[in-house]
Amino acid sequence: MTSRFAPSGHRPERSSGAIHMNGFTPVSAVLGGAMIGASAALFLLLNGRVAGISGILGGLLAPPSRETGWRVAFLSGLILAPVAYAGLGGSLPPVTVDASYPLLALAGLLVGFGARLGSGCTSGHGVCGIGRGSPRSLVATGTFMAVAILTVLVVRHVTGA
Amino acid sequence: MAKNASAFAIGLLFGLGLLVSGMADPAKVLAFLDVTGRWDPSLALVMASALVVSAIGYRVARRRRRPLLAPRLEIPTRRDLDPRLIAGAAVFGIGWALAGLCPGPALTILTVVPAPAATFVAAMVAGMLLFRLVPPAASKPAAHQGADA
Repeated sequence: MTSRFAPSGHRPERSSGAIHMNGFTPVSAVLGGAMIGASAALFLLLNGRVAGISGILGGLLAPPSRETGWRVAFLSGLILAPVAYAGLGGSLPPVTVDASYPLLALAGLLVGFGARLGSGCTSGHGVCGIGRGSPRSLVATGTFMAVAILTVLVVRHVTGA
Repeated sequence: MAKNASAFAIGLLFGLGLLVSGMADPAKVLAFLDVTGRWDPSLALVMASALVVSAIGYRVARRRRRPLLAPRLEIPTRRDLDPRLIAGAAVFGIGWALAGLCPGPALTILTVVPAPAATFVAAMVAGMLLFRLVPPAASKPAAHQGADA
């Protein structure tokens, strides 16, 4: 198991194994990105839908409808991906969560609310929306990237957390 | 049925892509956002690569009469910029940067780091439910229907 989690907010000790943290990984980035793009493309071609995760999840919070089935199916596939990854013989890449529980809760709340208010998240705006040339998605992606970079700057370098 | 099977397989591919790309690792996401620290540009390549492939898919999909498993394309049509879009994206950006998690990766790592991922996902669902209390935008009839993603 390469996954590590430090609930106290301390950076966990790195065990041996594939450590790519802060390391540039261009090949897996392009390959994985192409897989993400391919699923967005296939979802349009087959199901006629945008593969925006917050939209797919958010739609499930409404009363059940004819849309419920495919939403549950898509999210089930997403959740089972690590199982399939291991089943295909891969050893899971590192997943390191440094944030404390209260911070995770606050972050989740902001991400959920913000994604719905802003009509999309990294996948819906960043991949699908810009891929379609949507000006809304371009502006949304520029905004959340800039704000996220600024937030990390403040949290890591200004307040020194 | 075929529609659901396809959605499942595509969700699986999406999750595998997140794992392979490194996007499912919050530490790597934060290293990408940390431009003044030890910057890891990998995720820029993830987005560029995903964009190129999805843009090709969109062009092909638009040229076809209809999707293979659905009667029509259901894609957002709004093009106007409104305060909600910007405010929502800004709030999203803060949350994304606090933990290095956005919706797709959070769901994908539920079985890998169950406790922290479930904490984030539960709060994220709460945030989405909270949004349902926000009154619909006035004078924009398609505001809620036309969700982009």
